[in-house]
Amino acid sequence: MFPEKAVVDGLADAAHLAEVQGRSLWKDARIRFFRNKAAVASLVVLIAIGIFAVFGGLIAQYERDFIDFSLMGANQTKGTPSFATGHYFGTDSSGRDLFARTVQGTRISLLVGLVGAGVAVVVGTLYGAIAGYFGGRIDGIMMRTVDILMSIPFMFVLILMLVIFGRSILMLFIGIGLISWLDMARIARGQTLTIKNKEFVEAAVATGVSPMKIILRHVVPNLLGIVIVYATLLIPGMIITESFISFIGLGVSEPNTSLGALISAGAGQMQYGVIWQLLFPLFFFIITLFAFFFVGDGLRDALDPKDR
Amino acid sequence: MSDTTKEPILSVQDLAVTFDVRPEGAWPWTKPLKLHAVGGVSFDLKPGECLGVVGESGSGKSTLARAIVGTVPSSGGRIVFEGKDLAAMDVRQRRGHRKDVQMIFQDPLAALNPRMPVGDIIAEPLVTHYPNTPRAEVKARVAELMERVGLLPNLINRYPHEFSGGQCQRIGIARALILRPKLLICDEPVSALDVSVQAQVVNLLAELRRDMGLSMIFIAHDLSVVKHISDRIVVMYLGRFMESAAARKLCTRPEHPYTQALISSVPIPDPVKERARKRPVLEGELPSPLRPPSGCVFRTRCPKAQDSCARNLPAISDLGEGHLVACPFHAPAEVLAPA
Repeated sequence: MFPEKAVVDGLADAAHLAEVQGRSLWKDARIRFFRNKAAVASLVVLIAIGIFAVFGGLIAQYERDFIDFSLMGANQTKGTPSFATGHYFGTDSSGRDLFARTVQGTRISLLVGLVGAGVAVVVGTLYGAIAGYFGGRIDGIMMRTVDILMSIPFMFVLILMLVIFGRSILMLFIGIGLISWLDMARIARGQTLTIKNKEFVEAAVATGVSPMKIILRHVVPNLLGIVIVYATLLIPGMIITESFISFIGLGVSEPNTSLGALISAGAGQMQYGVIWQLLFPLFFFIITLFAFFFVGDGLRDALDPKDR
Repeated sequence: MSDTTKEPILSVQDLAVTFDVRPEGAWPWTKPLKLHAVGGVSFDLKPGECLGVVGESGSGKSTLARAIVGTVPSSGGRIVFEGKDLAAMDVRQRRGHRKDVQMIFQDPLAALNPRMPVGDIIAEPLVTHYPNTPRAEVKARVAELMERVGLLPNLINRYPHEFSGGQCQRIGIARALILRPKLLICDEPVSALDVSVQAQVVNLLAELRRDMGLSMIFIAHDLSVVKHISDRIVVMYLGRFMESAAARKLCTRPEHPYTQALISSVPIPDPVKERARKRPVLEGELPSPLRPPSGCVFRTRCPKAQDSCARNLPAISDLGEGHLVACPFHAPAEVLAPA
């Protein structure tokens, strides 16, 4: 039914009205997320840990590799956590400041988690979306490749890599980056299979939008919700993997350290009455993982309200 | 509207669409079954004409539309649009021709990307085919078109979930019209809407068609809606052509037994007339398109079926004035059609 002249004029007037700002699904999700108290509290904790990891070095009284020889062998009595000596978290068995080392360990652990998740999001999402969207033989080849990579015991390969190419942070990043995207690719592909049959994708095909643009404009934004949730839950997994590698003595090399290496060292010294060497790194490790899990849960509830 | 002297803008000749269906639990190398969604459908569409396509669910109407638009590959026949065979083109060639043929979808909300503001959705075809259009001009065109389909242009930044079904369908219509296409294909554009909104959208389409000189293919399973807007109607059953005639003729004097059953199944909003009329009710279910009946696909449910129907495809007889019917035993039947 076509509007009459008067109505058209009315519409023309209305056209001069201010444009109404829409509420996107992302904005809705943000509002829902900030209503979730546990998730917001965890986000605050995460930000605090991030600040600690980045700027903690500024308030440390000692360098992380400064060895105080006077404390060696007298850790139990002189190396206790204390504000007076400037060793806020005490010292480790070599007489190094544990505060400075925890700051550095947290930084490495967070970095490993973020790099792993970042690679997973970028590579995994695009790989899965391309495989799912094109389907057929391309899908078959791409996903069987993922299956093969997944069936290789990755911890074994990672340890071999660290032994052959030497222990370095870069090697650790490469190793973790290589495997982190595999699961993500499968998840993204599964989502793409449902999205590509939606009519809005068909409308884009019918209009003549090119396949890559359809993937980037129509498919990826619609599977990003699940990808973000999965990535948040992937970070703790990455941190645990790195900690395990460091715990068994591979991973980052001295004088650099990570939470896993610190926990390993602290556990080794437990029987000498220097329990703080274990507790401080362990505290940051657990708090970080907890916060990531809660933020991930909050994001899932916010981005996928149907599944609550 | 239909002028017999004009060249057809679209000529579909013996179009066939088959899908490969893999039986459940089969090995990857098992030969897939062939599903014949559309088989041997032909029709011409003249400029400015509106062709209705009707048939029950599963009769291949939507597949026909998708084959013409090109989102589903055809497996046989020709789709000649303005003298060029679209079915024979490769993907890239075809993409350049897509701006002249646009489509409106059945589910208005599902046809809009939930993550994009409606302004971007409507502008997408324009930005795709004319990427160098200045932003201000794109916005002006979108606003103009939104006004034209009866939406407030200041809602340009809203998202699809903030609109009602009827409004979403108007957005879909605006998107389809922004490139000023020559052919508009409407795939059940109103069957997901309330009856009151259906009338508004159908009237809007009729209005736009007249103003923009659009040719249209209007698909629906509801004969009363199709009759309202179409010049000519094609009836399909299980992917096959059954009958086609001018809209009024088809509704008042159908020749094919399937058309007769289809028309008599439309309820008449008058209880006295409704009770008085006798209606040939179709027995049974639509057969599986994986194993269609031999010969005439309608014979398993046809009240006039004879032994010969199982042997050959029914010949299409021309009854004059563009009235074609695919049944050797066709006979006119006076059917009390709804007003």
